[in-house]
Amino acid sequence: MIDRVIDSRGLDSFDLRFMGLIAVILSVGVLSIYSVTHSQDTAFPFYLKQLVWILLGTVAFLVMYLSDYHKIARLAYPTYAVILILLAVVLVMGKSSRGAQRWIPIGPFAFQPSEFAKLVLVLVLANYYSRVSRVGWLQRVVLPGLIVLPGLLLILKQPDLGSGLSFLAVYAAMLLMVGVRSKALGIILLLSVMLFPFVWEMVWASLHDYQRQRVMAFVDPDYDPGGKGYHALQSKIAIGSGELSGKGLYGGTQSQLKFLPEGHTDFVFAVYAEEWGFVGVLVLLALFIALIWVSLEIAARAKDTLGALLAAGIVAMLCFCVVVNIGMTAGMFPIVGIPLPLVSYGGSATIMTMASLGLLLNVKRRRLTLFY
Amino acid sequence: MIGFNDSDLLDLQRRLVILRVGLLLVVALLALRLWHLQIREGPYYRDLSENNRTRSVVLEPARGLIFDRNGILLANNVPSFALYVTLEDVKDRPGLVAQLASLLSLDPEVIQKKLSIGKGGKLQPRKIKDRLTLREATLIESHRLDLPGVMIQVESQRNYPGGVVAAHLLGYVGEVSADQLERADFADLHQGSIVGQYGVEKTFDRQVRGRAGQKSVEVDALGHEKRAVVAEKPVAGDDLYLTIDIRLQKTAEDLLGEESGAIVALDPTTGDVLAMASRPGFDPNMLSKELTNKQWVEIVQNEGRPLNNRATQGQYPPGSTFKVVMAAAALESNTVTPTTMVRCNGGYQFGNRLFHDWKPGGHGSVDMNQALIHSCDVYFYTVGQRMGIDTIAEYAKQFGLGQETGVELPSERVGIVPSTAWKQKARNQPWYPGETISAAIGQGYVTVTPLQMASVIGTVANDGVAVRPRLVQAVMNRATGERAEFPPTVRGKVAVKPATIALIKEALADVVTKGTATRAKSSLVTIAGKTGTAQTAALRTGPEKDIPKKFRDHAWFVAFAPVEAPRIAVAVLAEHMGHGGSAAAPLAKDVIEAYVKAYPQVLNGAPAGGRTKSPALAAGSRPKT
Repeated sequence: MIDRVIDSRGLDSFDLRFMGLIAVILSVGVLSIYSVTHSQDTAFPFYLKQLVWILLGTVAFLVMYLSDYHKIARLAYPTYAVILILLAVVLVMGKSSRGAQRWIPIGPFAFQPSEFAKLVLVLVLANYYSRVSRVGWLQRVVLPGLIVLPGLLLILKQPDLGSGLSFLAVYAAMLLMVGVRSKALGIILLLSVMLFPFVWEMVWASLHDYQRQRVMAFVDPDYDPGGKGYHALQSKIAIGSGELSGKGLYGGTQSQLKFLPEGHTDFVFAVYAEEWGFVGVLVLLALFIALIWVSLEIAARAKDTLGALLAAGIVAMLCFCVVVNIGMTAGMFPIVGIPLPLVSYGGSATIMTMASLGLLLNVKRRRLTLFY
Repeated sequence: MIGFNDSDLLDLQRRLVILRVGLLLVVALLALRLWHLQIREGPYYRDLSENNRTRSVVLEPARGLIFDRNGILLANNVPSFALYVTLEDVKDRPGLVAQLASLLSLDPEVIQKKLSIGKGGKLQPRKIKDRLTLREATLIESHRLDLPGVMIQVESQRNYPGGVVAAHLLGYVGEVSADQLERADFADLHQGSIVGQYGVEKTFDRQVRGRAGQKSVEVDALGHEKRAVVAEKPVAGDDLYLTIDIRLQKTAEDLLGEESGAIVALDPTTGDVLAMASRPGFDPNMLSKELTNKQWVEIVQNEGRPLNNRATQGQYPPGSTFKVVMAAAALESNTVTPTTMVRCNGGYQFGNRLFHDWKPGGHGSVDMNQALIHSCDVYFYTVGQRMGIDTIAEYAKQFGLGQETGVELPSERVGIVPSTAWKQKARNQPWYPGETISAAIGQGYVTVTPLQMASVIGTVANDGVAVRPRLVQAVMNRATGERAEFPPTVRGKVAVKPATIALIKEALADVVTKGTATRAKSSLVTIAGKTGTAQTAALRTGPEKDIPKKFRDHAWFVAFAPVEAPRIAVAVLAEHMGHGGSAAAPLAKDVIEAYVKAYPQVLNGAPAGGRTKSPALAAGSRPKT
């Protein structure tokens, strides 16, 4: 087949722009992580570790970029099976932190399968929709739903509300992409409303105390037994006190004085906003919009359904994480553990995000192949 | 555009437009929110962050109250001042330590230590001292400006209105220790939290503890509170309703007076502990305060061991009170019949050793009934020797000896029920037949706690049905008024025929009317009982009064009343007081009489009951917290 031939013109200006954006956002992350953790006296500080993750992420990016995405998609189901096993392993023998079991320890590091599960889900669903005729709503909605379910349940069992929601977001975005007719949409909506109390009951029962407190702290800020509203409040103070131009690098009193916990992971945006102000925030938002815009371009110009779906799924996942993370630090959403892609500290998340972006560029790289 | 004819793909690409529009919309919302936070409310948040800032302060919960069976208040809380220090706001730490040390007359090292332990960083306020006097509190307040980071909180402080009365039962409270903080069941606590450290305060700490609240306060540059931002009210602990009658408890403690010993009174049908006195005692109010090292050493090294609850932790040879168990064992194992006669000449020859009877010259020919009435040692030497130690152990265990009674108090001791297996395991030695003879009259290796003996005599009184002794009858949630009752629990029925129990009960009634315990005879109520004299390990020469007190025998008396339908079972142990009949029996009589006077209905076989006040009635004595 002719489409096995690749675009041999090498990197064009588009690719460079794409990779440049990634590099700039990654730098913002490393800088913020350095700012908030530089005073900690450890042999292997967080920002250095993050650089290692970025290095590994670059390898993942290249692997995903250079292999044919059709071949990668063919591996979707086996990979999903492996991920499901890993998620089950985590539940049995994983490392706990704050009452959740999310990590498999590997030497001094910890591997978080739920992060990778997101990307694998995109692959699985894109692969599914590109092959299956998408006529009846059984094929469009129910069957893929059944594929999503085991992974979702395993993740919620950890419990990892953030990854669980990302999982659902990918599924929803895919449904939107393949086009659920308004009637089906109506049925889903109706079912959701009817099932909501039961699902809520189930989800609520499966949540850990600290998660309930976080949700309650959002719904009702006065409800604050564990001081989780304190967390949300400190995040808002950090962002708000940055004002227009910020307090400058290392100047974030909120984060430097440890008012704000987890400043290098889920709340890194608050650190950034405190130190760089509204101006810096607009710059970072612009960077993310640009990256997503470019990615959507790739999705729109994909040469086949598989490529388009892959690209769309990855973009949707990226958008979801960015919006929810910034929203939660700014006190718009309840606090669920979702890192800010490319910025938050974290090995699994960084590698997974960079692998996703590699796959995205892979889709673009093969879009012109029909002309050769 | 590239010329595709895949309509699906085109359809899909159209839908990407939705994603683009949606994304722009959402990002615009985010930007708007951030503009609101950083530009519109920016100065407010800047102010919050600069005037430094918010502190989260723990609001200590009020512990649940403790009542007796009649709703009389045994433990409550009174307001007191506590002093906290937040390190973040302290500018000159050594200076502050020195200042506080002089203002509060504390050891600087103690303050230094309190500042350095506990979870949380520099923002976590640490409790330095509680129960500040009003003078100290005002002194600190007037130096407020010189003491940045110092905060005075009004908290509730445990108070025991009865002082020493029932101290061992109630226990006392104290700051959670560093070791405790490491454990899972104290995970929700922090340095300075108050937990039960002894008695029911400890066993029921989870229920009584309550849940701490929290307030986030804005503080100024000196760390002083400006206003509270978020508050979660503390939740008071649950109230405990005990089974004891505090008046009977007081009577029992007064009867022991300055002597060491224990008195336990149970309702044999329900297991309710009506009184459990242990002497010497302590004042839980004092122990709930922070003690200096010197005070603590004084209490721990006191020869009378006042912290020891002799009722549950004192292990003594049961002496002749053990003959109650022996009688049941001998009859049930068919070693003897009620009419089997044993000749007592005042001694029992075994090998080359002569075991004496307590009565020189002996009792003549006695059957089981007479052997119990007159506490004939030779009779029990003989049947014990015939039965063998393992049969004795089997019945002793059935009556609950050698094991926890299960009363809700920490660190209950179990005593020893010797057997061949026990000796092999504990001493790595074979059992010598001669040792059975000592065991048969409750000497040698046999040891019991007073509570166990009260339970044994209660089981006899209750026709062989053993009920677990209990101290707490209900726990009440203060907020909801919900009352969780703890029903009596039957531990089991001893495998003893009703005829055997009847014979023993009859003999024990005769012990009081014409046997060794005539001093327990009461004009108010029929009493049955058994005396005992537990030899201490001393060399015995000369008359009793010439022996130094600490080597004298312990006096035992176990009893129940009324004989026809028992409603109270009592065990008295008076340390170094000599004979059970003269030293212990009168005390048991007094306890029983006090009980039937307070609850005359028990004379007709009715339960004593107890008037438990409704929370509204008790509220008068409850401080606002």
